[in-house]
Amino acid sequence: MIISVASGKGGTGKTTVAVNLALSLDGHHPVQFLDCDVEEPNAHFFLKPRILQSEPVFLPVPEIAEDRCNFCGTCAEICAYNAIAVLKDSVLVFPELCHGCGGCSLLCPEQAIKEKGKRIGVLEFGDAQHIPFLHGKLDIGEAMSPPLIRAEKKHINRTRTVIIDAPPGTSCPVIEAVKGSDAALLVTEPTPFGFNDLKLAVETLRELSLPFGVVINRSDIGDRQVQDYCSKENIPVLMTIPMDRNIAVAYSKGLTIVETQPSYREKFLKLFAGVEKLVQ
Amino acid sequence: MKQLVIISGKGGTGKTIITASIAVLAQNKVMADCDVDAANLYLLLHPDIQETHSFSGGKKARINDAECTQCGECIDICRFNAISEDKDGLIRIDPVSCEGCAVCHYICPSKAIDLEDSISGEWFVSKTKYGPFVHARLGIGEENSGKLVAEVRKKAKDIADADNRDFVIIDGPPGIGCPVISSLSGTDLALVVTEPTVSGIHDMERVIQMTRHFKTQATCCINKYDINPQNSDQIERWCAENSVPFLGRVPFDETVTKSMVQGIPLIEYTNNSVSEAIKDIWKNCCTLLQG
Repeated sequence: MIISVASGKGGTGKTTVAVNLALSLDGHHPVQFLDCDVEEPNAHFFLKPRILQSEPVFLPVPEIAEDRCNFCGTCAEICAYNAIAVLKDSVLVFPELCHGCGGCSLLCPEQAIKEKGKRIGVLEFGDAQHIPFLHGKLDIGEAMSPPLIRAEKKHINRTRTVIIDAPPGTSCPVIEAVKGSDAALLVTEPTPFGFNDLKLAVETLRELSLPFGVVINRSDIGDRQVQDYCSKENIPVLMTIPMDRNIAVAYSKGLTIVETQPSYREKFLKLFAGVEKLVQ
Repeated sequence: MKQLVIISGKGGTGKTIITASIAVLAQNKVMADCDVDAANLYLLLHPDIQETHSFSGGKKARINDAECTQCGECIDICRFNAISEDKDGLIRIDPVSCEGCAVCHYICPSKAIDLEDSISGEWFVSKTKYGPFVHARLGIGEENSGKLVAEVRKKAKDIADADNRDFVIIDGPPGIGCPVISSLSGTDLALVVTEPTVSGIHDMERVIQMTRHFKTQATCCINKYDINPQNSDQIERWCAENSVPFLGRVPFDETVTKSMVQGIPLIEYTNNSVSEAIKDIWKNCCTLLQG
């Protein structure tokens, strides 16, 4: 089973839930952990994996053989991302706009375009005790995280319970991280911002037709809008975590909840049972 | 006219709370919410929408079943895994995965695939009691949030130029990718709001490296500094070592959530150590922007 942990709003506790769920399952189920928040990956601070191997990820971008090119302009015309401009006697490529679709090299009538890899980030593989761990790290200055997330997800091991820590938001990087999962957990907080972004995240998951449940973090702050909305929409609230300064302080040091308060292990196992029920 | 963008790397550090208070403090300004994925600033500024514009970020491929011979060439060519065969043997294009590259359209032997404009969001020009406000809503799961950010930025700057405004105050998205780069480009100063956690520190370092990559001056402040004073000291030291002006520490306080529940910018809601800290940060921002 693949479980994505997502949220519209950032900072609601996605990584906390993902990491503690993985640690609680360890010993009961074989787990694999993927941090797909490649712009700002943080799970490694808590799982503290030994990184054993790293692998750069490249996006195929066009390279023009000017000796073959007759400047016909076909590539610039077909490029949907304005990543190529053809002038009278030269061709300009803007690799930062390229999505790597391969259209230009495929459709060039002179076969003057080859693809070369442009590095966009790196995958780091390791293990956190028994848990195989993988995260992607987008290179600074690179705009496009979805191809890196795509490369990362090729390493999913379906024989294990896979936990994906997704990026915040509702746009393409989130979709890339979450799609193909069997279920998702949306982590929110009961504040107007949390509620606003939860509704957006719910729309996103409904678009993807994924079963999902909600985890309400810092459940005793704010107001009741999140709870009321979930009961009105028949969205299962699978876990609530109260506001606890000790959890916040432990988090600030890179410590997990189950390390500092082992009684939470049972609660995270119950959360997992709730997810299993969603999938059935 | 000066443009200030508020970013953080990590989500949930308090960007929008601080932006809304700066929106109250700054005189003669335009506000822009560039977190188009999960916009929240409107919940505190209560905009009265004057103009609504639809935004088309790109195109999506659509298959014409009557023309399609199910040859499957498009399935193999699509690099985004957006095309598949359904259980009845019909070719299906998943609009969520499609990035609109149109390669399938060009190679289809039966010319059965067309590209259609996808309406992928809306942007708004609003009046608020704090001044003009440009904001947006990206369609669910859409591409091109960076392009929508650029539209919001352009409109905010046009208004600022036309009305002779002194500032554009931009609430940025989390992360370091496309919409963040688009929010940052051409601004005069990036205020990075971090928190004293291992994640907050790591993400702040990455987002400040990104501002350097794009040659924009960054400055830093800490929210909820008292959750971990040692980590806060570490952040301040890092800023000093890396020549990042450090603008202040904001304490953790329950009034922040209360002000959000009331839908009021913190600085208008209460006068306490949090509001004093934000006032100092804004004062320091002004000094840097004028320098």
